Amino acid sequence: MSTDIRFDLRLPIGLLFTIIGVVLVLYGMAGPADIYARSLGINVNLRWGMVLLVFGAGMLLLARRARGRE
Amino acid sequence: MASSALGPIDWAILLTYFAFVIGIGIVLKRGMKSSSDFFLAGRAIPGWIAGLAFLSANLGAQEVIGMAASGAKYGISTAHFYWIGAVPAMVFVGVFMMPFYYGSKARSVPEYLKLRFDEKTRAFNAVSFAVMTVFSSGISMYAMAKLMHLLLGWDFNVSLWVSAAIVLGYISLGGLKSAIYNEVMQFFLIVFGFAPLVFLGLRNIGGWDGLKTSLAVVATQGQATLGHAKDYNADAWTSAWHNMGTAGANPMGVEWFGLAMGLGFVLSFGYWCTDFLVVQRAMVAENANAARRVPLIAAVPKMLFPFLVILPGMIAVGLTANHVPGGFMIPEKIVAGAKVLDYDMVIPGMLLHYFPTGLLGLGLTALMASFMSGMAGNVTAFNTVWTYDIYQSYIAKDRSDRHYLWMGRVATVVGTLVALAAAYLAAGFNNIMDMLQLVFAFVNAPLFATFLLGMFWKRATGHGAFWGLVGGTIAAAIHHGLTLPYGAIAGIKGGWLTSQVVHLYPSEMAQNFWTAIWSWSCCFALTIVISLATRRTRSDEELSGLVYSLTERTDDRALPWYKRPAMLGLLILAAALALNLLFA
Repeated sequence: MSTDIRFDLRLPIGLLFTIIGVVLVLYGMAGPADIYARSLGINVNLRWGMVLLVFGAGMLLLARRARGRE
Repeated sequence: MASSALGPIDWAILLTYFAFVIGIGIVLKRGMKSSSDFFLAGRAIPGWIAGLAFLSANLGAQEVIGMAASGAKYGISTAHFYWIGAVPAMVFVGVFMMPFYYGSKARSVPEYLKLRFDEKTRAFNAVSFAVMTVFSSGISMYAMAKLMHLLLGWDFNVSLWVSAAIVLGYISLGGLKSAIYNEVMQFFLIVFGFAPLVFLGLRNIGGWDGLKTSLAVVATQGQATLGHAKDYNADAWTSAWHNMGTAGANPMGVEWFGLAMGLGFVLSFGYWCTDFLVVQRAMVAENANAARRVPLIAAVPKMLFPFLVILPGMIAVGLTANHVPGGFMIPEKIVAGAKVLDYDMVIPGMLLHYFPTGLLGLGLTALMASFMSGMAGNVTAFNTVWTYDIYQSYIAKDRSDRHYLWMGRVATVVGTLVALAAAYLAAGFNNIMDMLQLVFAFVNAPLFATFLLGMFWKRATGHGAFWGLVGGTIAAAIHHGLTLPYGAIAGIKGGWLTSQVVHLYPSEMAQNFWTAIWSWSCCFALTIVISLATRRTRSDEELSGLVYSLTERTDDRALPWYKRPAMLGLLILAAALALNLLFA
C-alpha cells in the first residue's frame, strides 16, 4: 500500500479512540450518576465510550495485522 | 443559555486530542526533506486516507454549524447541498478530470492552468485563490473564537491564538502530509462526536415519526410561532423535492431549475472540480488510479452526512416549535430591534443541552476538530499556491529546493498571521468581510466553464480562457448589481447598479444560484468566441496529458471492479438517486 511503511495512520487513530473510550467508560462506571438527566437518563458516557473503545481497538488490530504481514 | 463549565474530564479529552495532532506533526517532521515532501506529501498517500481528507478539508466548523442552521431553516431540502450539490461533481472530478490533474504532474490547480493555457490565466487564478483562502480562514477563525467565548466564556484572543498556534504547529512541522493525516483523524472525531447528538435528539422528539409530525407543525404554523415569512405545505420540511415546483412553495425560495443548474451544476462543479483546497488532496495520492478514487471514496460518507449535520437542525426546530418537554430550544437573538431565532447556535447549543460532562468533552473536541480541519485545508492550499504559483513563478525563480521548502514554512506562518489579522478585521468591520466574500463569489462563479473547455476542447486558447474568466466575473457582478432578493435593501445584497432593480428574486439563495448561472454562461460563451478568434497558444504535443482528446485513456480493466473509477462512480450516482427518491 503506502510507500511510507514507518507510519501507519491507523495506529494513532486507534490509540486516540481507545484512550477516549477508556476514559469515558471508566467515568461512566465510577463517576456521578446524577449528570445523566440531560441525556434523557441514559448513561451515554458508558455506552458511547464502549463504542469508541470497540472502534479504537479495531483500528489498532488492523494496524497490527498490517505490520505482521510485512 | 446555560453556560456550562467544562469538567476536568472534558479538558483531559480535549488536551489528549491536541497532543495527538501535534504528535503526528512531530513524527512526520523527520520525513520532510524536500519541498515535494512538504507540499505534495511525497505523492504517496493511500486512496482511503486522501479520500477522507478530501472530505474533511471541506468540513470546517462553518460547514457543520451552517448546515445544521440550514436544516432548521429549510428542512431536508438542505440535503440538496450534498445529494445534487456535491456528489455528482465529486464523481465527475474523479472519473473525468483527475486523469488530467494528476497526469499533468501539475503541483497545483493554477499550475494546471498555466500548462493548459498561459501565464496570465494562472496568475489570475493563483492570486485570487491565495487571497481568498487566507481571508476565509480568518473569517472562520473569528466565528470559532466568538462561539467559544459565547459558549464557554473562553477569552476571544486566547481561543483565537491558541487554536491558530496548534494548526500552525502541525502544518509547519509535517506539511501537507501532517494536515492530511490529521484531517482523517478529525473526520472520525466529527462523526463520533456528533452522532450521539442525533441519537439523543431523535429520542427526545419521538423518533422519525415524531420528527415528521413536529416538522409539519413547523411548516404549517411557522409564521405565528417561529417568525417565518409565510406558512407552507405540511411536508415542506420533510420532503426534498415535492415543493420545488415553484419558488414560493418551499422555505429555500428556489425552484427546481435554478436549484439543478445553479447549485447542482455551476456552483457544485465549480467548487468540487476546481477548488485547489479539495483537489489538492487527490493530487497527492500514491498513483493515478488512487487519485481518481479519492473523490469517489469521499462521496460515500458525503452522501450520508446530511444525517449527521442537517438532522440536528431539523430536530432542533421541531423541538422549539412544539415545546417538547426537556427538549432543546433554539435561543433567540436581537437583529435590528426584532427577536429572531439564532440558528447558528443549534449544534453548539444542543451539545451543551444533551451531553453530560465526559461526552461533552468529546463533542467540543469534534467541534474543534472540524474547525482545525477546515483551517488546515486553507493554510496548506495557500502555502502551496503562494510558494509554487506566485513566489517561484514571479518573485524568485531558480532557487534551490531547500529554499522553497523554507519558503513553504515561512508562508505557513505568514499566511496564518494574515488570517489572524483578517479575523480581527472581521470582528471590527463585518461589512468589509461580507463584501470580500461577495467578490470571491464573483471570481469563483465562472471557473468551471474554463476548466470544462480547457479539458475537453483542445481549441480553447489562453486569451479565450483569461478573458472568459474576466468576463464571467464581471457578468456575476452585473447580475448581482441589477437584482435583489425579496425584502432586502439595495447594497451588499444586490441592486446597487441601478436605482430600479431589474428583477426581484424570492430569496437570496435563488439570487445566488442565478448569479452563478449567468456568470458561467457568459464565461462559457466568451471563451468559445475569443478562442475561435485567436491563434492557439499550445500545440497538440504540448497539450498531451492536459486535454481529453489528446490523452491516452488510462486502462483500468486489469483492476478489480471495486477499484474501477467509472464503476464506482455509477454505483455512487445510483445511491445518490435512491436517497433523492427516498426523501423526495
